[in-house]
Amino acid sequence: MSDYNFAYLDEQTKRMIRRAILKGLAVPGYQVPFASREMPMPYGWGTGGVQVSAAALTLDDTLKVIDQGADDTTNAVSIRQFFEKTAGVATTEETKKASVIQTRHRIPEAELTEEQILVYQVPIPEPLRFLEPRETETRKMHALQEYGLMHVKLYEDISQHGAIATAYAYPVKVEGRYVMDPSPIPKFDNPKMEMAAIQLFGAGREQRIYAVPPYTRVVSLDFEDYPFEATKAEHPCDLCGAEDSYLDEVILDDAGCRMFVCSDTDYCRTRREAGHLGRMGEQAA
Amino acid sequence: MCQQSRNTVFTGGFSNPPVAAAQAFRAAMNAMARPGKVQEITGAAPPEGISVAAGSLLLTLCDPETGVYLAPDVDSEALRGWLAFHTGAPIVSAEQAGFALGCWQELQPLSRFRIGTAEYPDRSATLIVEMRSLNVPNAGLNGPGIKSTASMQLPEIAAFQANAALYPLGLDFFFSSGSQIAALPRSTQVTVGA
Repeated sequence: MSDYNFAYLDEQTKRMIRRAILKGLAVPGYQVPFASREMPMPYGWGTGGVQVSAAALTLDDTLKVIDQGADDTTNAVSIRQFFEKTAGVATTEETKKASVIQTRHRIPEAELTEEQILVYQVPIPEPLRFLEPRETETRKMHALQEYGLMHVKLYEDISQHGAIATAYAYPVKVEGRYVMDPSPIPKFDNPKMEMAAIQLFGAGREQRIYAVPPYTRVVSLDFEDYPFEATKAEHPCDLCGAEDSYLDEVILDDAGCRMFVCSDTDYCRTRREAGHLGRMGEQAA
Repeated sequence: MCQQSRNTVFTGGFSNPPVAAAQAFRAAMNAMARPGKVQEITGAAPPEGISVAAGSLLLTLCDPETGVYLAPDVDSEALRGWLAFHTGAPIVSAEQAGFALGCWQELQPLSRFRIGTAEYPDRSATLIVEMRSLNVPNAGLNGPGIKSTASMQLPEIAAFQANAALYPLGLDFFFSSGSQIAALPRSTQVTVGA
């Protein structure tokens, strides 16, 4: 433990964030404005998620941080160390052992439980922002449930590409009311958002917090004749052989060799430890 | 102010505020995310007549930025002093309140409280309702945070059905008794009978 206040933030800031989280949970999918603070890391590195985690953490928690599913990337490692230092909480790389999971751009493959909290780092919380740049207008659109523009955008995808080309940050409708940006998770993860865990979303630069309580209806927008599809690379994982996990493509040389590996490093490691092997599993292990 | 009440004003806060407030907030968040589910919340020792749960909620969520309304049954010099010393929260009228505390009858009429605006539904009051108990369910619940159905003890049904009909506007409720809380956000549909 260090000379920092528990979990870095001062108490009044945490109270302000906590009040925003409670209102967010009461109105699922609605973006609650909050007075985002300067954090000792640049915007875009998860300052929103870090502030939400700081307000939600207790001393008894075990924290896991993932970046694109991986526990060992710069962003994940530095945020994990940040909370080890400022909150003195235990940390883990195992999804099952974590009580709070902060994530950038993935939902873990393992099913989350009622005892867990998933905190998303969000860059642009407003799903309508690229269609309408004015905050005053998007706020009105949410108030009036005027989401036609979003359907036009998805329709234009179909007319241009023959399918909905949006592959990540795929818009969802929460409990039949608010259209929400699920953060840039691949649309493969969208169906997992109806989960047992509490989901909290923090956007630091954009100063918004929103939330999805457990078992809330989260529906990916689509059309009757072009239903939503959770897609992934048509390939098993080359390390663990998993056919059901989201994959990263890794270029191995300049001769066209490539491999597909689970983006969720903990899931992949757990499977390999259980004896599952993929095409290139042995040489990697 | 006599020595006795002065003591009660200055004591009864969180013993280790950052850690205790985090613990108490976790209980409050779990309650709000899972309507009807009773949670343990402790840490505060508020003046007599106020439950530990309600006191802990106030310490966790209130500060100089949040107006608190005290219903006539809980409004006392001791509580005003305690809140002022530990949270700095101003005591305001029901119309301006971010938080309100009292028993169900004394909080009426609910129409006085802010329910938010269409563009900012979060600008609504959170009511902390003191209850005799939380463990005699008389209402069925449905909505976000509830797997199939849940039940809880409510002081009445119609008011909460009317509140849910305002969604996404409306009030959010905590119910406190002893060291227990349960919550009912505006997103929950309420039916008669557990």
